[in-house]
Amino acid sequence: MNYKIENIKQIIINKPFKLDCGQTIKNFPIAYETYGKINEKKNNAILIFHALTGDQFVTGNNPITNKEGWWSTAVGPGKAVDTDKYFVICANVLGGCMGSFGPNSINKEKNEPYGLSFPLITIRDMVRTQEALLAHLQIDKLLCVLGGSMGGMQLLQFCALYPEKTFTAVPIASTASHNAQQIALNELARQAIMGDPLWNKGNYFKDEKIPKNGLAVARMAAHITYMSDKGLQEKFGRKLQEKKNIEFTFDADFQIESYLRHQGKMFVERFDANSYLYISRAMDYFDLAKQFKHGLNEAFQNHKTKFLIVSFSSDWLYPTKNSKEIVIALNASGVNVAFAEIKTDRGHDSFLLDESEFLKTIKGFLDSNFEIFKNEKRI
Amino acid sequence: MKNEFKIITNLLPSKSRVLDVGCGDGTLIKALIDEKSIDARGIELGERNVKECILKGLSVIEGNAETELGQFPDKAFDFVVLSQTLQAFYKPENVLEQLLRIGHRVIISIPNFGYWQIRAKLLFFGKMPVTKSLPYSWYDTPNLHMCSIKDFYQFCEKRKIKINRVIGIKGEKTSSIYKINLEMKNLFSEVGIFLIS
Repeated sequence: MNYKIENIKQIIINKPFKLDCGQTIKNFPIAYETYGKINEKKNNAILIFHALTGDQFVTGNNPITNKEGWWSTAVGPGKAVDTDKYFVICANVLGGCMGSFGPNSINKEKNEPYGLSFPLITIRDMVRTQEALLAHLQIDKLLCVLGGSMGGMQLLQFCALYPEKTFTAVPIASTASHNAQQIALNELARQAIMGDPLWNKGNYFKDEKIPKNGLAVARMAAHITYMSDKGLQEKFGRKLQEKKNIEFTFDADFQIESYLRHQGKMFVERFDANSYLYISRAMDYFDLAKQFKHGLNEAFQNHKTKFLIVSFSSDWLYPTKNSKEIVIALNASGVNVAFAEIKTDRGHDSFLLDESEFLKTIKGFLDSNFEIFKNEKRI
Repeated sequence: MKNEFKIITNLLPSKSRVLDVGCGDGTLIKALIDEKSIDARGIELGERNVKECILKGLSVIEGNAETELGQFPDKAFDFVVLSQTLQAFYKPENVLEQLLRIGHRVIISIPNFGYWQIRAKLLFFGKMPVTKSLPYSWYDTPNLHMCSIKDFYQFCEKRKIKINRVIGIKGEKTSSIYKINLEMKNLFSEVGIFLIS
């Protein structure tokens, strides 16, 4: 990572914080960002959970990378999640590398980054730190929690832990339990990182020799899973990269190769390899049903939160089937739930893209429920 | 709102829990929530309709009632509503069984194939009838299992399904149907609404 992380919003969690792995951490930072203004009645707050490689800079300019925020398509003034109307909060997850406590944080006792001495974390740990952030911001009840992919996992965990803290919840292209294929793909990414000799058992901070190649391959592999067969074929097909014929080499002859290499290269500029290991591991460990004696149905029993579950027809990483499992559990628990599958060829990444049907659905759901929430609070 | 929905709204007690199966664009659900504070939800096959419902803030899931009612626990709802859809299922018997399992009571409306105009059209013109409540031609109709009010009445009796109430609709007019006037009402009602359990 070549960026300096300074002048970003943080809270420090002072109290001893017991992690699921058994270790206790304290005096650690959670970085966050907010957009829009909280209103007088404090009923317009939305908490967004970011995905594996996201960060707290949801929209506008990301001051660290100088690029657009990762969800600028959906969040911002006049957008589906309208920051003129709503107060949007997003925290960098525990284990992340944008100012929250993570493996590249400095261990003051040794004056070097924690690396692999950083404890293993879970989705539940991440969510508990974000609840502390809400307490710091003095928000009792959110209008909505929103998140795609790993963001959706955090969201489900949040709703299971704190059923009273949000009026509505929108998990997008997500799952209540990481399955074998999802774990396998994460393991592939981790092996790419750990197979890079520069990774050096997580201790790569000296001489700035970081495992760029491994991390780039991890990203390339993951990136393929975010798209669909049809989407790839339409965008790239067998098109060649700035050449008329194949060249009988291992250079990037095809556009898709060049595209993936570019994605990998860009990614290593902004993301930490150890963070990737820790966060992807947390995803693999996620199995909400297992936290309850009677499975997923018990997780939401008698909850008043209104859910909207969204999936994308061409998403094969977190397919509609995963979303339907959540719908079924919510229905079995008598929870208010709406569900829509968006028809698109753009795969898992659809939630980050300008998908008008999707954005319209989110906007309609938020706006109509904001009216209901406002009235409920008055009573 | 169409007369049928007004009658169904009147039949349902306020604050009850209701599932509208095949809820369309959510017109009935919205009315039940607004007018009677009913905890109403829906399941709908058409994706456009589902999005329409979500935009209204209604809890509607995209799904096929033929295969996906199993996810609801026994007696999860006070009432389950099925408006003019029973005839469109491949296996209406199975769907009916599911409805009776998940709801304490079930409200089913059926377009009446025994209505005199339908009988007359078939009798005099020898063609499949196309009417206001059955607007499809034989080749594009979603209706696989048409029945008359009398058919459904006798079906319930045979299956020992309790018939709590039957209402016939003809335009804006409604009337109660009993065993004693079944033949007449079967001839003059366009739609029949059954409350069964």
